[in-house]
Amino acid sequence: MGMWVFLITEIMFFGGMFTAYMVYRYMYYQAFVAGSEKMDFWWGTINTVVLICSSLTMALAVRSSQIGQRKALVVLLIITMLFGCVFMGIKAIEYTGHWKEHQFPGTNFHFEGPDPQHVEIFFSLYWAMTGFHALHMLIGIIIVGVIAFYSWRGKYGPDYYNPVENVGLYWHFVDMVWIYLYPLLYLISHKHGG
Amino acid sequence: MATSPTPAAERENYLNTEYGIRSWLLTTDHKRIALLYLLLITFFFFIGGFFALLIRLELLTPAGDLVQADTYNKLFTMHGQVMVFFFLIPAIPAVLGNFLIPIMIGAKDLAFPRINLFSWYLLVIGGLLMMYTILTGGADTGWTFYPPFSTAFAKSQVVTAALAIFVAGFSSILTGLNFIVTIHRMRAPGMTWSRLPLFVWANYATSIIQVLGTPVLAITLMLVALDRLFDFGIFDPQRGGDPLLFQHLFWFYSHPAVYIMILPGMGVVSEVVSCFSRKRIFGYKFMALALIAIAVLGFLVWAHHMFVAGISLYAALVFSLLSYLVAVPSAIKVFNWTATMYKGSISYATPMLYAFGFIGLFTMGGLTGLFLAALGVDVHVTDTYFVIAHFHYIMVGGMVMAYIGGLHFWWPKISGRMYPEAWGKLAALIIFVGFNLTFFPQFVLGYLGMPRRYWQYSPEFQVLNVLSTAGATILAVGYVLPMVYFLWSMRYGKVADENPWGAAGLEWMTASPPPIFNFDETPVVTWEAYDYANLKEVAVEP
Amino acid sequence: MFQTFPVWPERASTTAGSVDALFIFLLTLCGLMAIMIFILILVFAAKYRRSRGREAEQIEGSNALELTWSGVPLLIFMGIFVWGAAIYFKERTPPQDSAEIYTVAKQWMWKFQHMEGQREINELHVPIGRDVKMIMTSQDVIHSFYVPAFRIKQDVLPGRYTVAWFRATKAGRYHLFCAEYCGTSHSGMIGDVVVMQPAQYEQWLSGGPAAPLAQTGKQLFLSLGCSTCHRFDVQGRGPNLMNAYNRPVLLDDGRTITADENYLRESILTPAVKVVSGFKPIMPIFQGIISEEQLNALVAYIKSLNQSPEGTAGTRNTPTGSPTGQPQMMQVQ
Repeated sequence: MGMWVFLITEIMFFGGMFTAYMVYRYMYYQAFVAGSEKMDFWWGTINTVVLICSSLTMALAVRSSQIGQRKALVVLLIITMLFGCVFMGIKAIEYTGHWKEHQFPGTNFHFEGPDPQHVEIFFSLYWAMTGFHALHMLIGIIIVGVIAFYSWRGKYGPDYYNPVENVGLYWHFVDMVWIYLYPLLYLISHKHGG
Repeated sequence: MATSPTPAAERENYLNTEYGIRSWLLTTDHKRIALLYLLLITFFFFIGGFFALLIRLELLTPAGDLVQADTYNKLFTMHGQVMVFFFLIPAIPAVLGNFLIPIMIGAKDLAFPRINLFSWYLLVIGGLLMMYTILTGGADTGWTFYPPFSTAFAKSQVVTAALAIFVAGFSSILTGLNFIVTIHRMRAPGMTWSRLPLFVWANYATSIIQVLGTPVLAITLMLVALDRLFDFGIFDPQRGGDPLLFQHLFWFYSHPAVYIMILPGMGVVSEVVSCFSRKRIFGYKFMALALIAIAVLGFLVWAHHMFVAGISLYAALVFSLLSYLVAVPSAIKVFNWTATMYKGSISYATPMLYAFGFIGLFTMGGLTGLFLAALGVDVHVTDTYFVIAHFHYIMVGGMVMAYIGGLHFWWPKISGRMYPEAWGKLAALIIFVGFNLTFFPQFVLGYLGMPRRYWQYSPEFQVLNVLSTAGATILAVGYVLPMVYFLWSMRYGKVADENPWGAAGLEWMTASPPPIFNFDETPVVTWEAYDYANLKEVAVEP
Repeated sequence: MFQTFPVWPERASTTAGSVDALFIFLLTLCGLMAIMIFILILVFAAKYRRSRGREAEQIEGSNALELTWSGVPLLIFMGIFVWGAAIYFKERTPPQDSAEIYTVAKQWMWKFQHMEGQREINELHVPIGRDVKMIMTSQDVIHSFYVPAFRIKQDVLPGRYTVAWFRATKAGRYHLFCAEYCGTSHSGMIGDVVVMQPAQYEQWLSGGPAAPLAQTGKQLFLSLGCSTCHRFDVQGRGPNLMNAYNRPVLLDDGRTITADENYLRESILTPAVKVVSGFKPIMPIFQGIISEEQLNALVAYIKSLNQSPEGTAGTRNTPTGSPTGQPQMMQVQ
């Protein structure tokens, strides 16, 4: 129950940023379209697929712990971590690209086209939202790693798999946040223009 | 009651079960953690109080002649931040709640004892960050951090202050989480929801607010920090940002936050009033529902802090209406406490004096809320001393009195000793007088038009300011007294037995101080809350 | 050291009386309520003081009482709400023909621009009995325009206009305070509102050289090159601004909005945010190029273009907001 309550606090945490996003998108829709066009559609999509797969392996891992398959559990947890690392790697590629293109807000920011001010706001939200998401991913990867270690040591089985389940919940939640972020950040302009 | 009780030192209890600093710093016993919190927040109370004294000293004269303007701006900012986040929000839940909730529901400890300890450490870390902020000059944005001043103009320790509060916020969230799970899952057999003491209900409602509201403050402060550190411009109108968005996000937490502060106080008052009237609280169901109603409705009124901020007329109407709705359950509580006293058997012990003070002062503070919710009046008095007086009546006249009263009430349980009753009464009286003298003149100042956060002011406001400062010095004396005699009592106070007040509640059915796992065996509850009908009369000095 | 000791602020506007009336009502009501509770507590505490031989009477509660003391306060609160809302509604609806004064707040002073051209700093002269509308913006952080004697207050925001209005009723000099914390000299950002008899005010206005604000705006309109695209004779690269103020505008994303002061301001500073249907987003950005005062002058000028009844082409002077919602002017014919 504790994990569920914690996840509710996480919803409120990200909710603040989603609210800011909604407000600014309503006010400056064109700028958001323009900003979204600068996102790399393919990297974003690949990352989404990666995370969904990682949730699958996480769910299978939980199942393994419930039926006492220690080896499968460890392997699945490690694969989940690997998927997480792939996600982080892709984000690193994207972030580097954005940085080089002067798409990090601040004195370095530069945007060709009308209304650069509000495109900067789009990017502020992009960096903040994906940044916090990535932070949560990182924490998740580490925690999954810890659980994998304890699993290897044989700590979990059909009579005690609570921590695996809880970590699973956390992982799914972080995945869900991305499922919301992805269309809001990557898919605006494609919806608009095709 | 014929033989004197065994002094705590001769019996194994949570205080003497282990000695040494490691046993305290690595404890997972909710009772010890409660005392760790007590130390921490008392420290911050005096820091915040010290800033308040400096503020009031400066305001003795209309000119700014004690400190410089920038320093004054830092003083009121740090006073607010320290008091709100490092004293008021944790106080009752983390000290009294932590200590009492498991015992009141018949459990051995909280659901997550290690997270409980972690919460304390989070507050320590936040506190260290806050001390760092103070020692390196402090922030000067006001406790409300409004941009674009806070993001683009303030040349002070805004980021570290925001970080400190961010960390403290997570302490609050985890405490709330712990309480919710504990109350749901760990009640003793027979302890149904409708048998819970109202103190538990109050902390439950508070925890819901903590869990839902605090994360929004966390992200809002993070956005301010990002804006300052990386020049994001998210709230900067020059860059297309919206300063009003910040205000909405900030108040979405900070209004419910005031209910985080007051609801536990209401819980304490319910316990005290029923005990010292020897009566079941009047209208138990309504009291519990009122707590939940305040918690829920409290989330719907945030923009009443923004009536002149530039929100639309229609938004203002909606929020004014909702603000009146949230006043109703609070009124219900005041009526119920009063009704509890009717045909009771009333004792004037110190905790009850604090309860009287709470009811009176909270009523005044709450009633002035009606003034503020009235749009036409609010336009004149918002951002003036009227608001300052309003919230201090509720937070200091209400919450702090409830907290101190609660400390007195449960002191025998916590320490195994009685505080000296005569001094207790004296301190309560001094606090009551000092408080009113400090803050009542501020209502007048506010209506006259003295704005808040003013280092220097127009000379015609001086007389009222002098009265207020005089009150503050008296109040300070009143606050120091309990510190002194509580400490004194730990060595020289009368040894307390299990139930010196003859009160109802599971906490009074175990030793004072309690054993490490609270009860010798898990209680099985077969009676309703506030079962004074069946409790033996105890001769308490009235 | 101890000056006169006021406990009630002066009343110097039409609003002050109504605000005070509600306040006094609330004082009375809440005072009685509080006294009632205090008396009850004191009486109960005394009457039911613990004594040997008398036990407390256990009373569970009373649904009837609970409903009564929930319902009655609720009704009273609703009444107060309506009363307060009525005052507020009036306070936030400036009368149609108010005299306008542009205000620019900055750390830490108040700058006022009268339409007739007078500029003031930290002092505001107004006549008795005239509706005055303050159109306000900030150059930096959030401030708040507060005149206790008028009982009005309005936050002044950077990046947009906010509005406050009043009608002064008593000659005199009244405090003006900044009421939103704005930094070091927040408590020094104060001034005076000087209310004068109408004749004296006219005299004051005429003393000192100053071009009317709209005229200054017209000069800017020409010198900044606005007239190159915003022409009045033929269709230019930008919309014709004759009679544009407060009319509906169709934007290129399909929305229709009203061309109020904030729209005009935004269109000058960051034109790409809202582009009029049928026009290209080619207008240069003027943010950082013109000052708030210059912006006020331009806005005043554009508003003044509504006054000419003849206009340039007769078909253009159609009335506002026809029922079908067809915007008249601001699209390519």
